Amino acid sequence: MNVLLIIIIALLFPGLINITRSLLSGRKGPGLLQPLKDMIRLFRKGSVYSNTTGFIFRIAPTISFAAIISASLVLPIGPWKALISFDGDFVFFIYMLGLGRFMSIVAAMDTGSSFEGMGASREAHYGMLAEPAFLILFGSLVLFTGHYSFADIFTTMRNGTGFAYGIGFMAAFLIFLFTLVETSRLPVDDPRTHLELTMVHEVMILDNSGFDLGLILLSNALKFAVFGTVIADFFLFEASAWVAIAIFVGIQAVIAVLVAFVESFMARFRMTHNPQFILSLTSLAFLIFVGILLFLEK
Amino acid sequence: MKSLQVTNQQTILTESIPVLPYHDFFANVTALAASESVHCVSYFGYYLTDEMHLICCLADDNDGTVHLLSWKCAKQNVSVPSLTEKNPAFYIFEREIHENFGINFVGHPWLKPVRYAWNRADIGKTIANYPFFRIDSEELHEVGVGPIHAGIIEPGHFRFICSGERILHLEIQLGYQHRGIEQLFLTKSKINQRIALAESIAGDTACGHASAFSFLWESLCGYTASDSTILQRSVAMELERIAIHTGDLAAICTDVAYQLGNSVLGRLRTPMVNFFQEWCGNRLAKGFIRPFGSFYALTPELKQRLKSIFEAYEPDYNEIWNRMKTLPSLLSRLEKTGILKHEKVVEIGTVGISARMAGLNRDIRSSHPYGLFNETKHRAILKNHGDVYSRTQLRNEEIIQSIGYLKEWIENDPEIMPFEQSELKPKANSFTISMTEGWRGEICHCAVTDKDGNLLVYKIKDPSMHNWLALALAVRNNEISDFPIINKSFNLSYCGFDL
Repeated sequence: MNVLLIIIIALLFPGLINITRSLLSGRKGPGLLQPLKDMIRLFRKGSVYSNTTGFIFRIAPTISFAAIISASLVLPIGPWKALISFDGDFVFFIYMLGLGRFMSIVAAMDTGSSFEGMGASREAHYGMLAEPAFLILFGSLVLFTGHYSFADIFTTMRNGTGFAYGIGFMAAFLIFLFTLVETSRLPVDDPRTHLELTMVHEVMILDNSGFDLGLILLSNALKFAVFGTVIADFFLFEASAWVAIAIFVGIQAVIAVLVAFVESFMARFRMTHNPQFILSLTSLAFLIFVGILLFLEK
Repeated sequence: MKSLQVTNQQTILTESIPVLPYHDFFANVTALAASESVHCVSYFGYYLTDEMHLICCLADDNDGTVHLLSWKCAKQNVSVPSLTEKNPAFYIFEREIHENFGINFVGHPWLKPVRYAWNRADIGKTIANYPFFRIDSEELHEVGVGPIHAGIIEPGHFRFICSGERILHLEIQLGYQHRGIEQLFLTKSKINQRIALAESIAGDTACGHASAFSFLWESLCGYTASDSTILQRSVAMELERIAIHTGDLAAICTDVAYQLGNSVLGRLRTPMVNFFQEWCGNRLAKGFIRPFGSFYALTPELKQRLKSIFEAYEPDYNEIWNRMKTLPSLLSRLEKTGILKHEKVVEIGTVGISARMAGLNRDIRSSHPYGLFNETKHRAILKNHGDVYSRTQLRNEEIIQSIGYLKEWIENDPEIMPFEQSELKPKANSFTISMTEGWRGEICHCAVTDKDGNLLVYKIKDPSMHNWLALALAVRNNEISDFPIINKSFNLSYCGFDL
C-alpha cells in the first residue's frame, strides 16, 4: 500500500509542478499526466549506448531505480506500517539513496565525457555536504524519542507534546530544503536551462536514452515522492484510512506547489554559493539537535 | 598626418587615398591609433592587376571623420612588421589579411586562421586541424563545447582550459558558417540580390546591415535618400534594437533560471517583431530596407499603431525591470560576473555594447551620425563596471532611450515618395565607407569600384569581429557554470563573423 501510494504520487506530482510553474508565468502548461506519458513513451523505446561505455553504464539506471524502491520500503504512511521496519532503518534509507547516487555518478564517469565528469563531481560534492544534515536530524530525533526506526520515531513524534510538534515543523522544513538539493531543483540546480555547463544532475544523464532515461526520470520522480512522504509522516496523526490518504496527498501537493513557487520567482544560485547553502542545512540540523538537548536537559 | 579624412558615407576617388611606403604607413597608423578616441573600423586588402592594395580605415570619434591610409605590395611573399605588436586591436585584421592573402606580419603573436575563407591563401589549412592552444598539465582539464550545441544557436567551438570549476583560458574557434558573402557581393550583380545578401550577413541585425549597405550604395551612386526613407530606416534600426535587447534580457533571465523574467520579457519582445510583420510582412524585417527608398513607408496608421504598442509595452516592461533590479538571487548571479575592465576593452578595441559597458564611448550614432541622428543628438549611455550586470543595465537603458527617440521621430511627417527602382550606376574608381550602429555595435561596410563602376571589393565588418576576444577574456577566472550567462550578455554573432 505504501509503495503503491508513493508511486502514484511520483507519477502525478512532477506534472503538478509543471502546471503550477506554467500558470505562474501566464501560460497554459502541459497536462498533469504529461511526465507520465513521457515516461511511457521512453519505456517503449530501446536504448542507444556509445562505444566508450561499459557495463556499469548499462546497469546503473536499474540499480538506482531499485535502490530508491528499496528506500521507500522502510517508510510508513499513517495507518499503514512500513513493509520492512527495523532499528536504524533511517540509516538504511539514506544509504539506499546514496547507493542510487553512487551508481549514477560512476555511470556518468563511465561515459568519459567532460561534461558528465563535471556533473558527477558536482553531484558527489553536494551529496557529501547534504548527507550529514539528514543523519544529524534523525540522530536528534532518535535521542528525542528514544526509538530507532522510522515507524516508532514518527508515532512518538505525533503523540508528543507541543515541543514535539515544533521539532516536527522544523524537521519538515529541513527535509523540504534537503529535497530541493537531492532532486536537483532550483535554487541548487536547474535542469531546464539545458546548458551543459551549468547543470548538475541533468548533465550526468546526457548519454542515457530510451528505457534507461525513462527509468532515471521515474527514479527522480520517486525520490521526490519519497522525501515528500518523510515530510508528510510528521503530520499524519492517527486517523481513518481515507483521512490519512487525504492528508498525505494534500501535503505532497503543497510541497509540489511550494517547489513551483521557488522555481518561478527566483534565480539559481551561483555554483560557488551552493555548498554554503547546503552546509546551512547541516547547521539547521544542529540547531534541532541542540534544541532537543536543552529540552531533555542532558 | 599623411591620411585622408572623410566623413561617414562619403564617396571619394580611390586614388585620393594616400598610398604610403609600409614603414610610413606603420608609423602613421600607430600614431593615430594611439589615442583612445581613434580605432580601426576596417583594414582590408584586394588584388589589383599586378599588385595588392591594402586600405586601413581609422574612425576618429572626436571630429566624426574617418582617416584613410593605404599601402601597396606585391602579390606574393610579403613580410612586414605587425601593427598588433604596437596596438593589439589590429590582431584580428592582420589575422584575416594573413589568412586571405598570405602576407606575413612579423611580430604578430599568433596568425591563426579566422574563418577558413574559400579563397584563402593556404588551402592546406583546414578547420579539422585548427591550431588550438595546448596544455600539458595533470591538474588542468579541457572542456570542449560545440560546434553543435544543446540550444538553438549557431555553430561555433569553444574550448575551455579549466582548473576544477574555474576557467583559466577559453579559445573560440569559428568559421563553420562561412558562406563567402563578400565574394557573392561581387558575383551577384543585381541590386536586389545584393540587398538580400546584406540582410543575411547577420540574421538578427537585418536592419543594421541593410541600412549600412543602402546608405553606401546611394552614396556610391550619388543619390540622396528622401526624408521618408531616412525616417523608415532610422525607425527600423531603433525598433530592431528594442526588440533584440528585450529578447536578450529574456535570455539572460533564462540562463540564471529566473522564469518570471524570461516569460514576461519574451512576451514583450513579440509585439515589437510583430510590428515589423504588420509593416513589411516579415518579423525579422527582411525585404524591408532597400536602396533608393522602400515599398513600406511609415504611414500615419502605422505610427498610431506603434504608439499603442509602446503604451502597452512600457508599464509591463518597467514593472518587470523594477522587479529584476531588486531581486537578490538574480543580482548575485549578474553582478561581478564576467568582468572586463576599461583598460582591457581599450586595448583589444571592442565596439558597441561590449565597449560602452566598460566606459569606452564607442557609438556611431553619436560619433559618426547617420540618418535621423544627424538632427537628433545622441548621447551614448556608458556603464563602468564591465560585468554582466553592466551589460544588462545598458540594454535596459538603451531600450528606454530608443523608445524615446521613436516617440519623437514618429511626430515627423515627411512627404511619402513612391518607390522607384533607380537606374543610377555606381561611380567609377570610387571608395565609400558606410557605418551604422547596429544593436550589437558598429557595422562597417566598405566598397571599392573599378573603372567601369563595377565592385572590386566589398568589405563587411560586423561588430562581433572585434568583440569575440572580449568574451574570451571576460570568462577568465570565472566559474565554468557562469559561461552561458556571460556569453549571453555579449550575445555575439557567429555568422556575422564567419561571413
